[in-house]
Amino acid sequence: MTTTEMMTLKTEPFVLNFGPVHPSTHGVYRMRATLDGEVILDIEPVVGYLHRGIEKLSEERTYSGFIPLTDRLDYISPMSNNLGYCLAVEKLAGIKVPERAEYLRVIIAELQRLANHCIAVGSFLNDTGAYYTPFMYAFREREKIVDLFDMVCGQRLTYNYMRIGGVSQDIPDEFLPALKKLVEQMSRWVEEYDFLLMQNEILLARTKGVGILPRETAINCGISGPVARASGVNWDLRKNDPYSIYDRFEFDIPQGETGDCYDRYRVRVEEMRQSLRIIKQAMNDIPAGTVRADVPHLIRPPKGEAYAHLEAPKGELGYYLVSDNSIAPYRCHIRPTSLINLTALREMVKGWKVADLIAIFGSIDITMGEVDR
Amino acid sequence: MATPELLIQNLPMQVVPPDWPGGYWWHWLFFTVILIAFVLTMVMGVIYIERRGLGRMQSRLGPNRTGPFGLLQAVADAVKVLLKENIVPDKADKLVHWLAPVVAFVPVLMIFAVIPFQNGALLADLNIGILYVVAISSVATVGVFMAGWGSSNKYSLLGAMRNVAAVVSYEMPLVLAVLGVVLIAGSLSMNQIVVAQDIPFILFQPLGFLIFFAAGCAEINRSPFDLMEADQELVAGFHTEYSGMKFAMFYLVEYAEAIAISAIITTLFLGGWRGPLLPPWLWFIVKVFIVFFFMVWTRATFPRVRIDQLMALAWKFLFPLALINLFVTAIQVLVWPDALPWIVIIINIAIMVILVVSWSKLFKLGWGRLNV
Amino acid sequence: MTVALSGKDLAGQLEEKFPGSVEETAPHSLVVKSNSLLAVAGYLKDTESLAFDYLNYITAVDYYSYFEVVYQLTSLKHNHSIIIKTRCYGRENPTAPSVIGLWRSADFQEREIYDLMGIKFEGHPNLKRLFLWEGFQGHPLRKDFIQ
Repeated sequence: MTTTEMMTLKTEPFVLNFGPVHPSTHGVYRMRATLDGEVILDIEPVVGYLHRGIEKLSEERTYSGFIPLTDRLDYISPMSNNLGYCLAVEKLAGIKVPERAEYLRVIIAELQRLANHCIAVGSFLNDTGAYYTPFMYAFREREKIVDLFDMVCGQRLTYNYMRIGGVSQDIPDEFLPALKKLVEQMSRWVEEYDFLLMQNEILLARTKGVGILPRETAINCGISGPVARASGVNWDLRKNDPYSIYDRFEFDIPQGETGDCYDRYRVRVEEMRQSLRIIKQAMNDIPAGTVRADVPHLIRPPKGEAYAHLEAPKGELGYYLVSDNSIAPYRCHIRPTSLINLTALREMVKGWKVADLIAIFGSIDITMGEVDR
Repeated sequence: MATPELLIQNLPMQVVPPDWPGGYWWHWLFFTVILIAFVLTMVMGVIYIERRGLGRMQSRLGPNRTGPFGLLQAVADAVKVLLKENIVPDKADKLVHWLAPVVAFVPVLMIFAVIPFQNGALLADLNIGILYVVAISSVATVGVFMAGWGSSNKYSLLGAMRNVAAVVSYEMPLVLAVLGVVLIAGSLSMNQIVVAQDIPFILFQPLGFLIFFAAGCAEINRSPFDLMEADQELVAGFHTEYSGMKFAMFYLVEYAEAIAISAIITTLFLGGWRGPLLPPWLWFIVKVFIVFFFMVWTRATFPRVRIDQLMALAWKFLFPLALINLFVTAIQVLVWPDALPWIVIIINIAIMVILVVSWSKLFKLGWGRLNV
Repeated sequence: MTVALSGKDLAGQLEEKFPGSVEETAPHSLVVKSNSLLAVAGYLKDTESLAFDYLNYITAVDYYSYFEVVYQLTSLKHNHSIIIKTRCYGRENPTAPSVIGLWRSADFQEREIYDLMGIKFEGHPNLKRLFLWEGFQGHPLRKDFIQ
């Protein structure tokens, strides 16, 4: 049905501004939407409200001193940001990470993925209108994960846990029993959450077939992460380009078929299940040893460049480092997962209604800290 | 089920006309005061149930600081809102902006004039009671639209338009569901409908109850149909630009309408003030709270529908079902008036289950993507 | 494992098709002249054996005498990757061709490089500043930007 068939009155489109301060957009993101009644004709994204110049600041910090700044990028999953940067520096300087640190890194990264998907799924359902109930349940589980992180590094939001050559400190004794308990509880909770919502009529009506991202568009636009996998792109860096010790663990990569909002939601729930599987395997095999390689504090990597990427919860997060043998990076570029994932938003949203715009935007799961850097 | 005259004469309970000592004007004054006090107190109680109930369902505590168990939260909210500055947007149409809360609130209060608290205890026992209720509740929509229009804000206008479209669409199934009850009871007067319920009509009219509940929730903008004031999309819909006492009026309107719909459901389907042991007005209040609790429960559970899905639900799902319900009820009343109640109840519940399950499979919700 | 292709081999292939386009090679990257960048990029994307359909990122580095625009391409089918670089000389008005016609993920990233480094991309339909407000003077990520 085209809009001309619908409109028997003469109407004209108007521009509505979903402003930077908004109860639903995930951070300070502004969209100027051209609407025809309720139907969206076009959107123009305006970003930059959270631009802090982190890439420029990297040139004035030491290599180790930049790690706290990476926490502030994607503040929903800071451990992954730390890990990516450390991987890049280790690749540049040729540092080998001890075994125990590798296992700890994997466990922490997968816990971070769980925590991020809790928020992603919770806010997505919140955006479809389920008045904060799934959001609160998801946050209750995220609290347990954040408590574990608190036990490990003393922080609840900006962890600053990974170091070049390993992690900053060893886990306390009560960590592993608490982790075991958490894994059991989370496994049960993911099943319950899925069961409550999977067949909900209204959720299906709001999200099935809405905001379809075709596979070719996803690859061309550089989309990565759960959004791409929901569109049928079989690409997960943990399997296709393994970093750390991911090649030792057995896990599946969930994929969607159509690439609508419902598929993105299901892929994230499935990823939570797979993360729990990885954690169960990893926590049985942690070897003893040091948690940090012997790396000088003011590290001077040899001249050159390196790019290291990892499968962050939102997609492919990468760091491109250029070094000129001084104590600060010459250039550090961060591949912004969320900014690139936003490239296809215009195309996904045209023709849908205002309510769908919010739902589609929520299903991509972006964090403005990563978009603006 | 017999014809209307036989029904009224054969009842064990007789309808008592409101006839209070002191004559008509004292009766009117007494009840006006009682009703206003009732509405305001019930709104406070209802707000408390909603916030605590929602909180517990979301695995958190609701408000529990203000007063014992947080009972005075509504009072605290009211005081806060009264002390706020009254901001009127520059380009707003002043008269329309000022009148809108009044036009929205007064009809809701007027609904309570015909709702029976006890046999004979109501402001005016109109013999067109339910028709009066349906007519008056439509006037509140004018107030909402005035609010959206007079705010000179695109968000508000969008919200108000959605509201008008939804309310007008849901009037149809609402009225048809009511007509089913009227056919069985044989009268439009609210008190007589209650008196005629030896067995509550929810059992005779399960489909009618469901349709009325859904259409009622849509009329009063409650979840899952609360897209008129969807926080996540439109900031606050038609009352975005209101602050201070006017906002308090809209807030009051929302909860007063919820109580009104709950009261009407209680009267029409659950047997009103009837019940053993407790005094009748207490039964009435208990039943109103139970129905409202169901509304809170649906709010905590379901996501929101989209505007085109809302319209599709009204016209393609509820309206045909309500017509079929009316048709079936009419056949039962005419052809089978002396049947045993339990057989009729079982038949009606079976029809409801079959219709709801099969119709929802055939029914496509919404338009989907348009080509722009 | 994503195989990082060797710059030398690929340079050999490219020199056959587009002679004179490759400036330098390194173990995993190669530098292409900016006027043949579009042709080379199109060739890399469309050739079956290479099939670089995924653009990881575009970034720019300020080496004082020139700007270097870095592209990393990955092929999801063959699971190999390569880094392509091109150089823009001149600090007043450096330009480079835009690859938005080939990979749409270049859209926001090229706007960001224009905003922060000042490199203009020819062929980009909407080359406006992305992060900084319109009317901002200067390009902050350059090495000689003083507040």
